[in-house]
Amino acid sequence: MKVSFSWLADYTPIEMPASELADALTMAGLEVEAVWDRYDYLETVRVGRILRVSPHPNADRLRLCEVDIGDRQVKVVCGAPNAVEGMLSPLALPGTELPGGARMEKSVIRGETSEGMLCSQGELMLGSDRSGLMALDAGLTPGAPLAEALGLSDTLFEIGLTPNRPDCLSLIGIARETAAIQGTHLTWPEIALPKGEGNIHKRTSVAIQAPDHCPRYAARLIESVRIAPSPDWLRDRLISIGLKPINNVVDVTNFVMMEMGQPLHAFDVDRLAGERIVVRLAGAGEPFTTLDGKERILDEHMLMICDGEKPVAVGGVMGGLNSEIEETTARVLIESAYFDPASIRKTAKKLGLATDASHRFERGIDPEGAIRALDRAAQLILAMAGGTLIEGVVDERPKWIGPKQFDLSVSDTKRLLGITLDQENISALLRSIEFAVEPVDEDHITVRAPSFRVDVTRPRDLMEEVARLWGYNRIPTTSPLMPAEARVPSASLQLRNRLRDLLTGFGFTEAVNYSFIQPDAVDRLRLSEADPRRNTVTILNPLTEDQSVMRTSLLPGLLNNMGWNLARRVRDLKLFEVGKIFIGNGAASLPDEPQMTAGLWTGNRTSPTWLAKDIPCDFYDMKGIVEGVLEGLRIRDARFTRMAKDRCRYTRPGRTARILVAETEIGLIGEVHPETLCNFDLRQPAFYFELDLDLLLPLAPAACQSAAIPRYPAVDRDITLILDKGSEAADILDAIRNSGVPGAELIETITFFDAYEGEAIPPGCRSISFRITYRSPEETLEDERVNVIQKAIADYLLNAFKATLPGNR
Amino acid sequence: MNRSIEAIKEAALQELESADAPEAVQALSVQYLGRKGAVTQFLRNISALPAEERPRAGKEANAVKKTLESAFADAERRLSETAAPADDAIDVSLPGRPATPGRLHPVTLISREISDIFSRLGFDIVEGPEVEKDYYNFEALNIPKNHPARDMQDTFYVSDDVVLRTHTSPIQIRTMEKQPPPVRIIAPGKVYRCDSDLTHTPMFHQVEGLLVDRDISFGDLKGILTAFVHQMFDDRTALRFRPSFFPFTEPSAEVDILCVMCRGDGCRVCSQTGWLEVLGSGMVHPAVFENVGYDTRRYTGFAFGMGVERIAMLKYGIDDLRKFFENDFRFLRQF
Repeated sequence: MKVSFSWLADYTPIEMPASELADALTMAGLEVEAVWDRYDYLETVRVGRILRVSPHPNADRLRLCEVDIGDRQVKVVCGAPNAVEGMLSPLALPGTELPGGARMEKSVIRGETSEGMLCSQGELMLGSDRSGLMALDAGLTPGAPLAEALGLSDTLFEIGLTPNRPDCLSLIGIARETAAIQGTHLTWPEIALPKGEGNIHKRTSVAIQAPDHCPRYAARLIESVRIAPSPDWLRDRLISIGLKPINNVVDVTNFVMMEMGQPLHAFDVDRLAGERIVVRLAGAGEPFTTLDGKERILDEHMLMICDGEKPVAVGGVMGGLNSEIEETTARVLIESAYFDPASIRKTAKKLGLATDASHRFERGIDPEGAIRALDRAAQLILAMAGGTLIEGVVDERPKWIGPKQFDLSVSDTKRLLGITLDQENISALLRSIEFAVEPVDEDHITVRAPSFRVDVTRPRDLMEEVARLWGYNRIPTTSPLMPAEARVPSASLQLRNRLRDLLTGFGFTEAVNYSFIQPDAVDRLRLSEADPRRNTVTILNPLTEDQSVMRTSLLPGLLNNMGWNLARRVRDLKLFEVGKIFIGNGAASLPDEPQMTAGLWTGNRTSPTWLAKDIPCDFYDMKGIVEGVLEGLRIRDARFTRMAKDRCRYTRPGRTARILVAETEIGLIGEVHPETLCNFDLRQPAFYFELDLDLLLPLAPAACQSAAIPRYPAVDRDITLILDKGSEAADILDAIRNSGVPGAELIETITFFDAYEGEAIPPGCRSISFRITYRSPEETLEDERVNVIQKAIADYLLNAFKATLPGNR
Repeated sequence: MNRSIEAIKEAALQELESADAPEAVQALSVQYLGRKGAVTQFLRNISALPAEERPRAGKEANAVKKTLESAFADAERRLSETAAPADDAIDVSLPGRPATPGRLHPVTLISREISDIFSRLGFDIVEGPEVEKDYYNFEALNIPKNHPARDMQDTFYVSDDVVLRTHTSPIQIRTMEKQPPPVRIIAPGKVYRCDSDLTHTPMFHQVEGLLVDRDISFGDLKGILTAFVHQMFDDRTALRFRPSFFPFTEPSAEVDILCVMCRGDGCRVCSQTGWLEVLGSGMVHPAVFENVGYDTRRYTGFAFGMGVERIAMLKYGIDDLRKFFENDFRFLRQF
């Protein structure tokens, strides 16, 4: 809300410099967001004396003026009819920015140079007259800055009001706070109305058919008004806070709204069928054209102000085109009502129509303010537009919003705030903003809130008033006494932190992506129709289509990051993300939100160095990372098996492994499918893993149990088998584990150290070499014993895999 | 016993002097002290001496053995140090084999720092769903439907009744529903607002805190937040508490800190005000306690919340909010 200093001073003397008052208001909860000089734009406008006026050689309607601006003379082209030699008028120099946004530059007009512009009142926003140059008092000095010469000075505040303070959506509201801060008096404008003619109750009536939506509706009638532009002082007040003057009657309603916070509306009575008002709910689908010329479709929850036949205004939001004040209007009905805040808000939202009136009604205006504002408006209209007041006020009030009174405990207040104020201090603070306070006993006071403080609904609200008026920064800073209790962080949070540390340790950098993605991401990933990750959660009001569904995989985000970075010539990337995915359960229920970790590796294994050429990263690089991560989590029994074809469609078939821990599939590793890459406009191969942390969490040992270091030496035996390519390393491990060969329990580890296919190996086969390490916990193993076991295992494998030994075909 | 032990020692030391490589010393060591070495032989032969000479000879021989052992060791060490030929030198200024650590996202770093500070102050870390019921996100926090306070946060809707949480405050409610006072928690996490421009991203991170117990005062709120700011920034960072409005706290306060860039002189970062708004806070509104069944006469509490990106921008001098989610490697690698 904009506040003009000079206007504010009408209600309370301002005793502080602008910057201090701005700080004080801010610290009282009315945040002053900006302070500026209203006449900043006149900085380069000076008093000019027209020395000579001569015709423009190339234009009949223009003239050339030589103007004295004190230190020099300038030539300007001027179109005003009233420019005469000897006249004093404002001259805007190049660089001036006029309030309409136009910027003055030195220019050539029809071949003649113009070094500035002689201005009208209207052009400088100093009045309404645009018919000719603004004539200045002959006593002024040419060259003087205009604002200084005219004594123009005003400071403007922009105050960012929180929604709980509708009482401050008016000059008087701000003046009240200012007075409380300064300890000055708030002065209301004097309101006196002449005795009216006739009787309003015989001329019009108000019928409220929707009392919940409209608890109060008051009106006055004025006849024989003359619609005309408002006088300059009124226009100036409105312009100063950014409102556009329209005509005297409408301007008065706006002025009073800004002064007192009560929105008013003026109807042309001659355009009201039956010359009466009916307040009712709209019919569903009822069309109505508002003042701005737009047709709106109403619904049955919207409050309409109607005449005897038809709607004439959307209650509390905007008037109708069919009843607005026109130049010919003679009879005016002024509405001053109290509408239900929630209903106004719903209507304004639904219509997409926020007005100064709806802004105030939906936050809650003073339910007792209707008549005062009505009288103030009548007084001003009679003064501006003449006319005759019809005696009396219509004040329909089907629902009474009563005064609110609270019992406040001084000791509770002191305890909550941590202050040492006494009953008297607290009472004085509350009284300074018009709360009525009566002492009850030593501890308790009765406080009646003024009607305009609709935000005050319980004693706690009073404590806030005390705190804010006393000053938050005067409240002593203390430390709470708390029991020395603590809980361990959740296992899930610890796991995520551990994973982050492990992955950064392995050289991966953490990405954080938006949780929403493009809706076709599931297609780009090539998810099958039955994939649960197609159950996306859709946002009803997304900012962009690209951010309209919640992600069901971390891969699209990482692929987008890959694209972003490749486009910036960063080609070697090791990225990971830890975060939730969202699997929909229907729009009415909350989705499942599993915690996931995913990693993407593309480009070279390491950035090229003098030690090694570029080696592209591969599946086994990524697998090593996952193995390392699992090892870091002390998960030692993970198994990696081939992903069945088509079970994961965003990674390459034959190059994707399921990760199993204790028979639970906790994730996968694979090369990203070339088609998926292509769907994200990528070509460079990339390797990916994902882990479902909710599944992983119960499988990671919480504690570590130390074991004895082996006392006896191990014995190693190597073996090379040539076997069918279809048999994988994991099959061999499984076979050995399940072989039942006596002594196999002495196997400590099996390490693969070579896999080879090609020359000397039959087609369709490969050789695979591994080392078996044997160890007994009880004795040093004799070579002979190990040889027997090794032989038995080799025989078993040769048979089980139809394998051969090298050089033994 | 044809050579005296002294003679053996002299011969050994003399030979050692001409040794010019560690290998030569090792050979001498074998020659004198090895299994068939001269000293070893001498010691072995002591038993052949007359009984009265044996102790002295043994003592002398052992002394010689020790002397030679240490002489050989010294010589070997000395020769090893100087032995490396000059053309074995390597260019130590060439970079090593890369072992490059990854980096944590700045949001993670700052979230952890915030969590660590509050953990030290005795707060538990609690999490909750990101897609949330309207009830938890708004209603239970004293923000009814059709209340203008809903305008304070532009909300993404999934249905009439389900939203993307606009703050991590619903965790307050979920926690209080589950446990009786005292409560001392912080709730970090992602939040969503339907707003995107230079200073807003549709997703960002918040840490929200809640403390409920008997006799918790506004002064205590100031105390905890002062302790936090002094640890997060430094203890010269002054705080200013400014009245504000949040539907779920009353009294409510915005917390400004003295600008960390200009220390209050006024600069671009603080829009010339000398102050930076970093936290929202207040005493828990009695309506919130009523919604979770806490006794408003027995318990009071305070809540606070802050934007993680905002603090990261101040701590790391990041000038553009959007950088947090572009995941440009050149940005991420800086932290």
